[in-house]
Amino acid sequence: MSVFLQPIYTQTVGSGGASSITFNNIPQTFTDLFLKVSARDTGAGTQSDFQLRFNGTGSGVTTYSDTVLYGSGSSAVPSRHSGTSVIYISGVPGSSATANTFSNAEVYISNYTSSNYKQVVIDSLGENNATTSFLFIDAGLWRDTSSISSITVVAGVTAIAQYSTISLYGITKG
Amino acid sequence: MAKVIEVDCSTGVSTERDMTAEEVSAQEAMAAEQAKRQAEAEAEAAATAAAKESANVKLAALGLTADEIAALSK
Repeated sequence: MSVFLQPIYTQTVGSGGASSITFNNIPQTFTDLFLKVSARDTGAGTQSDFQLRFNGTGSGVTTYSDTVLYGSGSSAVPSRHSGTSVIYISGVPGSSATANTFSNAEVYISNYTSSNYKQVVIDSLGENNATTSFLFIDAGLWRDTSSISSITVVAGVTAIAQYSTISLYGITKG
Repeated sequence: MAKVIEVDCSTGVSTERDMTAEEVSAQEAMAAEQAKRQAEAEAEAAATAAAKESANVKLAALGLTADEIAALSK
């Protein structure tokens, strides 16, 4: 089986930051979608949880859930969230984290055009050469049968910092 | 105020606009929820670490060596 990775768009955040980045009118011609996130939050804290939403769903929905395992460097903690309005992309360094460190996260969305619920796998980390840093493995689900045509990433605390980049790729399996 | 960035993947055009009042309100609510989530996670991790340390002390008092205690969690 051949697999092709097609860049769709890369957005880099300029000065002043961004509260959110939305990719609209996503082509419906691929098998899966892949999001690469290198980011930092301007808000206080060591780490921030960015929010991932599909098709413009707002804070009122309860169609998302995820199961997470996270490590802080000293312990590993499982957690589960159901009936939520977002899936989290965690481990994004906040303003208290070591300067000039950005997260490294990958979001894989399988069969985004299917009429089944959408499975999402996220691995994210924010290593910052400090005593505490975070690594997350996240299995997410969006309980909606709609094809995904829009993806929004929202800053967790204040804003997505300058020089953060989010790249969207389409994956074709054939 | 940080901008909202919207990319039209069909044209490759990226635009920036100000947040609406509704978006500002939603972001503030989500930030509060995130702070609560993080506090809960940190408290759970601290409780687990404390319980582990307490258990190790009790095991050592029973006569187990450090290697034997470490082997229990492998």
